[in-house]
Amino acid sequence: MALTQLAGMVRAMIAELGHFTLILALAIALVQGTLPLVGAQKGWTSWMALAPAAATLQFICIAISFAALTHAFVTSDFSLKLVYENSHTAKPMLYKVSGVWGNHEGSMLLWVLILALFGGAAAWFGGALPDRLRARVLAVQGLIGVAFLAFIIFTSNPFLRLAEPPFNGQDLNPLLQDPGLAFHPPFLYLGYVGLSMAFSFAVAALIEGRVDAAWARWVRPWTLAAWMFLTIGIALGSWWAYYELGWGGFWFWDPVENASFMPWLVATALLHSAIVVEKREALKAWTILLAIIAFGFSLIGTFIVRSGVITSVHAFANDPERGVFILAILAVFVGGALTLYAFRAGVMEAKGVFGLVSRESALVMNNVLLAVAAFVVFVGTIWPLVAELAFARKLSVGAPFFEAAFTPFMVLLAVLLPIGSLMPWKRARAGRVLRSLAPAALLAFALAALTWAVGTGRPILAPVGVALGVWLMAGAAIDLWTRAGRKAGRLARLPRADWGRGSAHGGLGITFIGIALMMAWNVEDIRTAQIGETFEVGGYAVTLADVEKVQGPNFNATQARIGIAKDGRQVAELFPEKRVYPVAAMPTTEAAISNGVFRDLYVVIGDPQDNGGWAVRTYIKPFANWIWGGTIIMALGGLLSLTDRRYRVAAGARRRTPIAQPAE
Amino acid sequence: MARFLPALTLAAALLSALPAAAVQPDEVLADPALEARARSISAGLRCLVCRNENIDDSNADLARDLRLLVRERLVAGDSDTQVADYLVSRYGEYVLLNPTARGSNLLLWVAGPGALLIGLIGAGVYLRRRRSASEPAVAPLSDEEEKRLSEILNS
Repeated sequence: MALTQLAGMVRAMIAELGHFTLILALAIALVQGTLPLVGAQKGWTSWMALAPAAATLQFICIAISFAALTHAFVTSDFSLKLVYENSHTAKPMLYKVSGVWGNHEGSMLLWVLILALFGGAAAWFGGALPDRLRARVLAVQGLIGVAFLAFIIFTSNPFLRLAEPPFNGQDLNPLLQDPGLAFHPPFLYLGYVGLSMAFSFAVAALIEGRVDAAWARWVRPWTLAAWMFLTIGIALGSWWAYYELGWGGFWFWDPVENASFMPWLVATALLHSAIVVEKREALKAWTILLAIIAFGFSLIGTFIVRSGVITSVHAFANDPERGVFILAILAVFVGGALTLYAFRAGVMEAKGVFGLVSRESALVMNNVLLAVAAFVVFVGTIWPLVAELAFARKLSVGAPFFEAAFTPFMVLLAVLLPIGSLMPWKRARAGRVLRSLAPAALLAFALAALTWAVGTGRPILAPVGVALGVWLMAGAAIDLWTRAGRKAGRLARLPRADWGRGSAHGGLGITFIGIALMMAWNVEDIRTAQIGETFEVGGYAVTLADVEKVQGPNFNATQARIGIAKDGRQVAELFPEKRVYPVAAMPTTEAAISNGVFRDLYVVIGDPQDNGGWAVRTYIKPFANWIWGGTIIMALGGLLSLTDRRYRVAAGARRRTPIAQPAE
Repeated sequence: MARFLPALTLAAALLSALPAAAVQPDEVLADPALEARARSISAGLRCLVCRNENIDDSNADLARDLRLLVRERLVAGDSDTQVADYLVSRYGEYVLLNPTARGSNLLLWVAGPGALLIGLIGAGVYLRRRRSASEPAVAPLSDEEEKRLSEILNS
């Protein structure tokens, strides 16, 4: 008895320690956000030197706090209200851990943990930065930390205790008990919050009134890292929706998805415009503006989700107090940065001179299209709110609008992309670029014609998507080939940044093909099947072999055994389930998928029907995996670029020993 | 913010109607052409009790009622627009996932093309200025910068 009491006391102490270090982190962030700023202004070295130390300490404090909360979830400490509401002793360990961020309070703690991680990384790897710039960057990062730590402590404290700890918890929402969801939020947050670095660099540059090639080179790795994580995070979320929601949709244009997509689009634009600043000292003011907007969209995303102001499938925190708090944060940071921008942007003079047909112009077009696309998503997302407040109209803006209003810009972007990426700096000859792309155009046209012939009578989307996708992929290949001077031997010696660009652009093409073919050629069958019955779907013989009850760790399931054969040969045996989680009293559908390079077979088991059969839904999803495969290749492209020599050198140049240290 | 958030609200929708993944076998019309029309209309109609889900994907009871209603009207010989108009007259334009381009909504629809036009004009002005700008005199590197440069190049 004494031993369990002791164990209980230790657990209580760990939780209180987490609470304490969280408050301590706020105090440290306050120091980090103010003193180095003053120091940088006055030229006081010792005050500036506080910044890296504070950033490190702040990270350690938040890490301890996060570890304490994780400990409470892992050991099922139901004296914490949050653990009681979101966990259960019978829950598998993976979901006990991921349950830490499967709720509002914990996810905000993860948010500030990652914020502090980026701040810490800038302190640890930012040795090559000028002292003033580093102090200012870390100070701005500290101020963001102050805002969000205060938000957590005053409106969303994860360490609130229950006087009488219940015997067991209410369990995590079953839909969240999924490996995809365990990893999706951390990646997404790494991306979202990573953009805060671009923001901090932008604000620091505005305070200094100086943006040059070196600044662009320092800010780009952070943006690249954030973009890469955001790409992976969005892909994971989309993949999860595909297999979990039970009908194979992968993108719903839901406000919360849009909230992650807008920063992605702006970050993509920022990546490209920062190249122009780095190489040609032009587009400076615009790049700064993009950096502010990119993080602004991250904050707007946080606001949309946390306030529930725009009703969405996702928004679960219908808590006005939190919404107002985040709106205030948004107003202070984005408003403040834009005011500063208005005063200082004029100082940033462009230097580079270039012709109308040049790589610079192409990158400007890239930025126009991406910015407009992000703007369309933004307007569509907030329009229901605007219409209600300004015009007293209660209306919806859903997928059909976005598909119609957003897609044209992506088509235009894809058409121009390979041309732009082959243009040389300063002055290009359009005829020459187009001639070298002729094989890509020919291939794209041929494969589109083939697609058209195979899918006669199906939507035009298929051949158009294939044409664009092949054009992008072949264009990326020609880009690399040209860079290598048309010699195979030189391909391997190209800088990683070139390979990164090639993979990112080619990956986009793969995703285009996946989206187009899956949407246009999807085959669907809904029917009542008797046990033992075989039916035909899109050339496959589907047999409902059996249905039985199975018992999971914390759920009961009805599991079907479905055989799928083609030309008399079995190609897959699938076990879709319908689960009921008794603690949460909630059912879920677990689709079973046979993955393939050219098609996914996707089956879902439904309810028993009156005549003794079962509702069975069968889908054939052509090229589905190309969507996420392409996205992962894009992210890999980001990684390749990130490890390019010029960033390793930039990060390690001031060290005594020239070690190659990645800037991330 | 995250794709994992649908859960709780989706849960509410699921609880109110025990699960029946979207379109049920007994709803499907015998005529495939009519059924295809029903599906494409359904994809553009909002499940009123859900959050941003169309009735074709939704599991809610109300979504099922609306799906059956759409099919009823189609079987009775309505055109696609007539079905949509009928639902709007009953539930208001909130039911349409694809907002009409009437009245203030025109702003929504011209936002994209308008922004593109402004962006292109802005880019055009900027590019013309860059083309005619004179290359600025390059200031020679200071001693410290020279040293730094050789450090970088030699590392």
